[in-house]
Amino acid sequence: MSKESVIPFKGTAEQEKQLMAVIEEHKGEDGALIPVLHKAQGIYGYLPIEVQKMIAEGLGVSLAEVYGVVTFYTQFSLNPTGEYKVAVCLGTACYVKGSGDIIDKIKEILKIDVGGCTPDGKFSLEATRCIGACGLAPVLTVNDDVYGRLVVDDVEGILKKYMD
Amino acid sequence: MEMVNLKINGQEISVPAGTTVLEAARSAGIEIPTLCYLKDVSQTGSCRMCLVEIKGGRALQAACVYPVSEGLEVLTNTPKVREARKVTLELLLSNHDRKCLTCVRNRNCELQTLADELGVTDIAFEGVRNEYAIDELSPSIVRDNNKCILCRRCVNMCKNIQTVGAIDTMERGFKTQVTCAFEKSLGEVSCVNCGQCIAVCPVGALREKDVTDDVWAAIANPDMHVVVQTAPAVRAALGEEFGLPIGTAVTGKMAAALRRLGFDKVFDTDFAADLTIMEEGTELLERIQNGGKLPMITSCSPGWIKFCEHNFPDMLDNLSSCKSPHEMYGAIIKSYYAEKMGIDPKSIYVVSIMPCTAKKFEAQRDELSVNGLQDVDTVLTTRELARMIKEAGIRFTQLPDENFDDPFGDQATGAGVIFGATGGVMEAAIRTVADILDNTSHSEIEYEAVRGLEGIKIASVTAGGKTIRAAVAHGLGNARELINKVRNGEIELDFIEIMACPGGCVNGGGQPIVPAKVRMDMDIRTERAKAIYNEDKALPLRKSHDNPYIKKLYEEYLGKPCGHKSHELLHTHYIARDKH
Repeated sequence: MSKESVIPFKGTAEQEKQLMAVIEEHKGEDGALIPVLHKAQGIYGYLPIEVQKMIAEGLGVSLAEVYGVVTFYTQFSLNPTGEYKVAVCLGTACYVKGSGDIIDKIKEILKIDVGGCTPDGKFSLEATRCIGACGLAPVLTVNDDVYGRLVVDDVEGILKKYMD
Repeated sequence: MEMVNLKINGQEISVPAGTTVLEAARSAGIEIPTLCYLKDVSQTGSCRMCLVEIKGGRALQAACVYPVSEGLEVLTNTPKVREARKVTLELLLSNHDRKCLTCVRNRNCELQTLADELGVTDIAFEGVRNEYAIDELSPSIVRDNNKCILCRRCVNMCKNIQTVGAIDTMERGFKTQVTCAFEKSLGEVSCVNCGQCIAVCPVGALREKDVTDDVWAAIANPDMHVVVQTAPAVRAALGEEFGLPIGTAVTGKMAAALRRLGFDKVFDTDFAADLTIMEEGTELLERIQNGGKLPMITSCSPGWIKFCEHNFPDMLDNLSSCKSPHEMYGAIIKSYYAEKMGIDPKSIYVVSIMPCTAKKFEAQRDELSVNGLQDVDTVLTTRELARMIKEAGIRFTQLPDENFDDPFGDQATGAGVIFGATGGVMEAAIRTVADILDNTSHSEIEYEAVRGLEGIKIASVTAGGKTIRAAVAHGLGNARELINKVRNGEIELDFIEIMACPGGCVNGGGQPIVPAKVRMDMDIRTERAKAIYNEDKALPLRKSHDNPYIKKLYEEYLGKPCGHKSHELLHTHYIARDKH
């Protein structure tokens, strides 16, 4: 049942040094946790258990509290962004045009949840708000490539392009 | 004291400044429903059950956190208030797994009681319900979030009082739930199994891992010699499960009930507490005399032991190497007793009745075994024992008082009994150590300085020309504070007693659960401790080293305290664990 990321942690000594400096800067302040998490995500790109443990230790709060705050705010991510960031628009227009089914299909093919990343680090999946391409609904993007007027059967072909 | 005048439902009252509307109303004979509020533990105003109207106020206010002020006018029984409370309750019920009939908290559930008192006859909202997997990996605690009402009493207890912080609130909105970090199991994190979360849960979201079936099976097995022992604190609370007032000692009825359940022998862990004092007292004197590691810290509380292993791995050498009393007893039962009775230790099944959920974890520790046999086979909480007694159809309150079984004597000493309250192990140890050092028998043996509910108690005792600097802490938050002081060199001590639960074992995580309403009117820790200290007073022998059966055990089998045989059977070691 654990929600730990399946991607191996690849933090460097330099990143750890930066994080320690951030913790030092905020230690003892009221409400230090959120700014530290914010900056930690800036350093590592996401907040895996290894980083959360360093923050818990450094600020003297429990790991459960750190995790509670990370999961409360959507801006924090437990998983890294993949080489290919797949983002499916769940804005109103896309949603009524069936983007819910599109995202379900992607989850099925990549075997990850929204917010997740494949174990090889290749694909990550995000649900976005309206990206302003309602005329093309339903829409998804892979990095800077935009795909519109989609049906569920298009999904496999799109992902295949990035698989090799 | 500054007094404040206010009106509640038109009734003029005067209460001390700083009082909450909830407390003020109760002092005026007016009940306000609560769920998330628990005196001294949780005052967050999050459940919205205690809403009241404040005259001139914009919205309804939570009485549990609203302070009184001069001239305040409060209304607790208006259509608006009743409607708001009822809708709140119905919303809570709509996402609650309402299997009351088969719930461990049936008839002792604060949510169920409120539904009854507020006249909920129909659940108006039948919407989507969260469905969660039940976490039952821990040997001590089961968490069922399908029943959780997100009151956060457990979180406040775990994080703020115990400073364990194993659980917290995750996610938000409808997905909010109380779990461990990364949704791990309680069995995989730094949970110390103290079970205080269970003791404060208003519903059935937390319970002990019930193993009564294992015990019934052992009793029914004709090839098994099933031996039971009961901790001192159990007798001070078991009666509550059968309607007796809090603080009633039921030692004799408990022994009678255990015999009627079919146990082959009924022993008292107090005997093993006396044995612990002999070993631990000797260990302390040896450490003092031979320049050993000080301060020495007691090791009876398995919640404290695991807490120390996670949080203070550098202090493990300070822990007494003594096994906890029931583990010592298990080892003696499967060696000395087995030999004496001519029974194969493999066919002996030792059951410990404990006020404690951490003892369930402790009993499974590899190092608490001798020759491949676990010292204790199964641990039941006070609550589980009560369930067995009810299931067996034993009319508990009608039982005669009976004694414990030979060959360990029909009663232990008062020193053994007081192990159940904070300060008790310290007091019992001082009674023996002072006599040994002064080579006399002191008659002044009640050490008030180590009794009571002060979080950290400091005392010093001079005997044989030596001053022993002692401290007692109960509740893990207090323990953390004390140990940090020792590590920082702020305080120098020789001997420390720590019990994981606030108030000690009498308020253990395996004891009968007392609703928040009752806990507003009395301190259950004080009431149960009284039962224990009264029993101590009434016993003919009150010092562990005076117990004739202890003397006999050393003469016939163990040799001397902390001797070779003792080390083999009665002592253990500890393991450094990850902080998270």
